[in-house]
Amino acid sequence: MRHWFTSVWEGFFTVLVGMRITWRHLFTDSVTLQYPSEKWPLPPKSRMRLFMKFEDCIGCGQCVRACPVDCISLKAEKRPADAPPIWAANGQPIKLHVSVFDIDMSLCCYCNLCTYPCPTNCIYMTPEYEFATSDLTQHLYRFAKKDAVFITEDPKKAGAGAPPAPQTPAKPAGA
Amino acid sequence: MDATYEYLVWLLPAAARWPGWLVVTIITALPALACFTFMALGPLVYVYAERKISAFMQDRIGPNRVGPMGLLQTLADTVKLLFKEAIFPKNVDRKLFVLAPLLVNVGAFMPFLVIPWGGRLQPADINVGVFYVVAIASLSTVGLIMAGWASNNKYSLFGAMRSAAQIVSYEIPALMILLVPVMIVGSLSLQDITQAQAGGLQNWFLFRYFPIMPVAFVVFFVAGLAETNRAPFDIPEAESELVGGFHTEYSGFFFAMFFMAEYTEMFVLSAVASVLFFGGYLAPHPALQHVGPLPLGWFWLWFKAWFFVFVMMWLRWTLPRSRVDQLMHIAWKVLLPIALVLVVVVGGLILVPATANGFIWDRWVGWPLTLGLVGFLLYVMVRALAWSRRRTQELAAAPRAQAVTP
Repeated sequence: MRHWFTSVWEGFFTVLVGMRITWRHLFTDSVTLQYPSEKWPLPPKSRMRLFMKFEDCIGCGQCVRACPVDCISLKAEKRPADAPPIWAANGQPIKLHVSVFDIDMSLCCYCNLCTYPCPTNCIYMTPEYEFATSDLTQHLYRFAKKDAVFITEDPKKAGAGAPPAPQTPAKPAGA
Repeated sequence: MDATYEYLVWLLPAAARWPGWLVVTIITALPALACFTFMALGPLVYVYAERKISAFMQDRIGPNRVGPMGLLQTLADTVKLLFKEAIFPKNVDRKLFVLAPLLVNVGAFMPFLVIPWGGRLQPADINVGVFYVVAIASLSTVGLIMAGWASNNKYSLFGAMRSAAQIVSYEIPALMILLVPVMIVGSLSLQDITQAQAGGLQNWFLFRYFPIMPVAFVVFFVAGLAETNRAPFDIPEAESELVGGFHTEYSGFFFAMFFMAEYTEMFVLSAVASVLFFGGYLAPHPALQHVGPLPLGWFWLWFKAWFFVFVMMWLRWTLPRSRVDQLMHIAWKVLLPIALVLVVVVGGLILVPATANGFIWDRWVGWPLTLGLVGFLLYVMVRALAWSRRRTQELAAAPRAQAVTP
């Protein structure tokens, strides 16, 4: 009999305890993030969509060899001997003509391994992550340009007088 | 009905000379129309409130896209449900399938006719009011069973049988407790029961026979929760086990009608509970019954009923769904013995002249207890606000909590 009364009281009282908890949360601010209008800040060095600065690429193909999922495809041939010499921004001479540089972001595993071997720091990860499409083929980014404007004088010989061409940041700021 | 007639004659003096059938049609149709409008528009508010309250209790935002603060969300949902196709699965019993939501709605809507909103503001003051409410409200059980049977779906039938078992079980303690105010007043009319509590808050039945009636109220409220199929007793429509129970096969407007009925039942139950224990349309102090010439009875009943609707939502988002055996345990082994003892004890107390109108300390219980309870609630509320502020600050201090607005 006594057990019956205590258990009934316990049932009633624990309901009140539970109601107190929900009552508290009634006044607590929501933790919801209204995504398209509000965003969480990205952590530093976050790895999102790849970008390649075509003007600095020397066509060495090290990123292609580093890629574990083969999402980069590169086609490069020797530039003709009579072509005017061009340089990458950090002074590397560009000896190869890059005709195809495609990155398939639908295959990319965001490991960042391609950016380390790049001798000119021309391939890097951007904090851009909103590139969902309804068609997977739109994740194939073609970086090779026909009308690229290259640096036509040696940045090392240009010396202190001329300001060096802007360096592409290996780790973009604001990430 | 007399009040409606007098109002009609006051508005149009020519109505006194109209033929009797026309006058009777008008004075019966007007309150019915008013009640029906109230019932049809109520769920717009309740569903919005339920979604917002559930969201706030779970630290979410809730609907906030349609209209300011999502206020038009339920309106948009209603329009959507109205224009959606009502799908009839292949082997359903069409007649019963269509009839069931109507019957559930009739059971939810008809009790409105006897709920007093003021001394004369009552569609029909019939002398078997409480009995009428109970009898008509059970119609919705028939509707639920019809829905489950007509759906030709085993889960729907499970839900229907569960609802039958549940409502039959919980009717008994609820009816026992209904008897207590009826015995005290000696009348089944809801108007008489309300008037017997006149004279201020200390006369409300909640405070008569002091330790007894609060317990009776709790028993009645719990049984009522089960009768309206609300959580934690919503096993007839348990989504996780029965995929919706009796309304699995329903869609479009018929589906919406079940929800209309559920929320209307919630309101009716809350209104009846306020009439039986909280003085119905009576203000806590007689001075608050009118503001100038404007009677406030409708406001007080509304306020009390909505408060209990809020408590139901509060409970729903606090407690998990109970199991079937737990449900039956609560009904037969907890609520029924308590209700039986209360009925017998109150029946005995009424017969004794010294306690016929309450215990000797009842005069001094109402006000202090209410003040203490309100004070305690305020204290809990202030503490809750402080807690929530602290928690919000903690969240803001966490590194992930800084939202960027582009």
